[in-house]
Amino acid sequence: MKQQIIISGIGGQGVLFLTRFFAEAAMTLNLEVLTSEVHGMAMRGGTVISHVKVGGFKSPLIRTGQADTGLFLEAANLTVHLPFLKEKANIVVNTADKSLYPSIDALGVARNCCLDLAAANLILLGFAFNHQSFFCEADVARHVIRGMSKGAQTEANIAAFEAGFSSGGS
Amino acid sequence: MDSDKSEQRMLMGNEAIGRGLIEYGCTLAASYPGTPASEILASAANFTKETGVAAHIEWSVNEKVAYEVALGNSLSGKRSAVAMKQVGLNVAADPFTRSAYLGVIGGFVIIAADDPGPHSSQTEQDSRFFAQFAKVPVLDPSSPREAKDMVGEAFDLSEKHELPVMLRPTTRICHARQNVVCGPPRPLKRQAHFEKNPGRWVATPQFLYQLHSSLNDKLQRIADDAAYYPVPASSRPTRNRQAIIASGVAFSNSFELLDDLNLVDEIDLYQVRMPYPLNRNFIENIREQYEQVLVIEETYPVIEMQLIQAPNTIKGRRSGFVPNQGELTPDIIEGLISRFADRPAGQTTPTEAPRGKRPSLCAGCPHRAAFYAIRKTFPKGIFPSDIGCYTLGMNIGAVDTCHCMGACISQAAGFYHAHSQDGDDFPPIIVTIGDSTFFHAGIPGLINAVFQGARFVLVILDNDTTAMTGNQPTPQVGLRADGSRGHQVSIDDIVRSCGVGFLEVCDPYNLDAFVDLLKQGDAYCRSAQGGVAVVISRHPCLMDKRATREPGLRERVRVTDDCTGCGYCIERFECPALEFAVQSSSDTSCEDKRRVRVVEHICNGCGVCLRICPKNAIVAEVVQ
Repeated sequence: MKQQIIISGIGGQGVLFLTRFFAEAAMTLNLEVLTSEVHGMAMRGGTVISHVKVGGFKSPLIRTGQADTGLFLEAANLTVHLPFLKEKANIVVNTADKSLYPSIDALGVARNCCLDLAAANLILLGFAFNHQSFFCEADVARHVIRGMSKGAQTEANIAAFEAGFSSGGS
Repeated sequence: MDSDKSEQRMLMGNEAIGRGLIEYGCTLAASYPGTPASEILASAANFTKETGVAAHIEWSVNEKVAYEVALGNSLSGKRSAVAMKQVGLNVAADPFTRSAYLGVIGGFVIIAADDPGPHSSQTEQDSRFFAQFAKVPVLDPSSPREAKDMVGEAFDLSEKHELPVMLRPTTRICHARQNVVCGPPRPLKRQAHFEKNPGRWVATPQFLYQLHSSLNDKLQRIADDAAYYPVPASSRPTRNRQAIIASGVAFSNSFELLDDLNLVDEIDLYQVRMPYPLNRNFIENIREQYEQVLVIEETYPVIEMQLIQAPNTIKGRRSGFVPNQGELTPDIIEGLISRFADRPAGQTTPTEAPRGKRPSLCAGCPHRAAFYAIRKTFPKGIFPSDIGCYTLGMNIGAVDTCHCMGACISQAAGFYHAHSQDGDDFPPIIVTIGDSTFFHAGIPGLINAVFQGARFVLVILDNDTTAMTGNQPTPQVGLRADGSRGHQVSIDDIVRSCGVGFLEVCDPYNLDAFVDLLKQGDAYCRSAQGGVAVVISRHPCLMDKRATREPGLRERVRVTDDCTGCGYCIERFECPALEFAVQSSSDTSCEDKRRVRVVEHICNGCGVCLRICPKNAIVAEVVQ
């Protein structure tokens, strides 16, 4: 299966963690994977994007109009990164406001569930897994999140994923 | 991992390179951090520890020093590597160019990471051109996997010809992740042995003619080496009259695009793994076989200029076919290939996208407090600054220049001399430099400024780390790359020994005290015996997990109804935890009011903003 995913946010929101998550998940399933990340100054609160390409690709970058899926940790980035997505792409957005796309107020969910606000990225991920199909199933996702987490963080990360997964969003 | 077996790992390009160093027997790797190269050395340190091989891995104070440390190891017969971003090679240019003439003994690899775009650099220069200038062979990886393999090739090639070899990844390789096969390290078990040979290692001018001649012979042999004949993407023989010659990530993009555009059977594609020296047979064959050739490479026309041929058959940067600046993104390459194939361009021609949110200093960053104080104290000052997180002080209007590592101190001296020629009065000149940048290239500038009688205030923004690139420790921290303790070197001691007559240290969170010291410093500059005044702004970086902090109190900040929405705090303090919000008025006769609010999950509770609001509308309660 081939899938091209973009993860869009601002530096500090956990875009890189989600990028590594998809990469590890693909490797768990013995799929070829290439990702592209943004490091350096933009990570200080600037707009950042990661590309994930699962399946037999050679280039780490996604072309305009080619992404199947977009996870937006920052709604304001829609105007910047929407062009990467196909017309019929699956999109999920983290926002407290109304959105054209399936959305969840990840910070609000985190507050209600007494979760670390830094886990908003995993809440959005859980939400995405309940709303669309990925190259891997949600159980693989849980397994990979456990593998990537350390100590007490493990259960907190799984709880964040589940909070998003079970949330209806809007 | 079990060190006898191979296994797949998910590695970033830089991690793959670091892994390659350890697998292929490197015993000394040195680097100075800089995007996009920063993760290479940390990876080498991690894999050294994990596999238990013996190697010295160091963060050096700058790239020139790193290069020379690695050279010493190579001259002792051991495999050595030095990693840096492309502009780091400018700093190491002196040892680099001479090492081509003198050669090396143990395999020597220079990893120079380029940044087409540029995304995080002061130029988008092409290190392959620098390799050509220095007469050093260069390999150009097209994926993280290949980058790791090329480390081994580079070591072998280097030892075969006793010549340094460059590996030139670009940002898109450095920061790509891929599943990579990792094998066990192959320790070479060499004993250090330096064989004296003054004609070579001292090489006074009388020896250099011969050394240059022998360097030229080496390059000829490498240009004739069939192992570096560019690789056709398809092994089937074709009668195509058009070819694309590409290298690095531009090759990967071209490969995928030819497939997507159904052009695989119409246009031949070659991957150039060694852009310099370009294989001589290949140059001949291309000339005979193809009517039209498109060269796609980043960022300068290195391959293109070696394809000496009737210029109308080569389409590239020199012919104006390929843009002469910027990254060759897949979108841009799609347009190039479509035009080359005489196809209408697809619908995906790139449009100018909005730029998104600019980066800014973290909430609670001590630099912000220092910059706020500087601008407020010296509204008419000149503010030379430098490279690091603190370049973002430009958002606050407290950074007027940023040139190259360490330049700010010498530029400030130049500003002083320019103004002092015109009369006794000169504007306040307040320089900001980070602690790591000070170690890297600030010290000679400070000595020179003191000696030459320049007068300015130098603020060393000492957050006890190299923050921008991922919190690598500085010599003052005293931690080495492998986590062991080194001898600490104090910035205060260095400043004093440079002959500075005014030195004060202050935590910029104590805004009033800090402002007072800035004023004292400026007064010292203007006094009869004055010169350079140094104020060390000392507070650990909030992103640095190693930093020791005073436990306890933080402030829970909120904005009261006294806020008039004047925007002073947003403009002059620019904290990401302060934002405008429209406050709906309950009284329908009043208009909605713009007010500032605290973004609680971003606020770090530093409490500095309490002292900046003109209406005293930012208040706080102290919490545990």
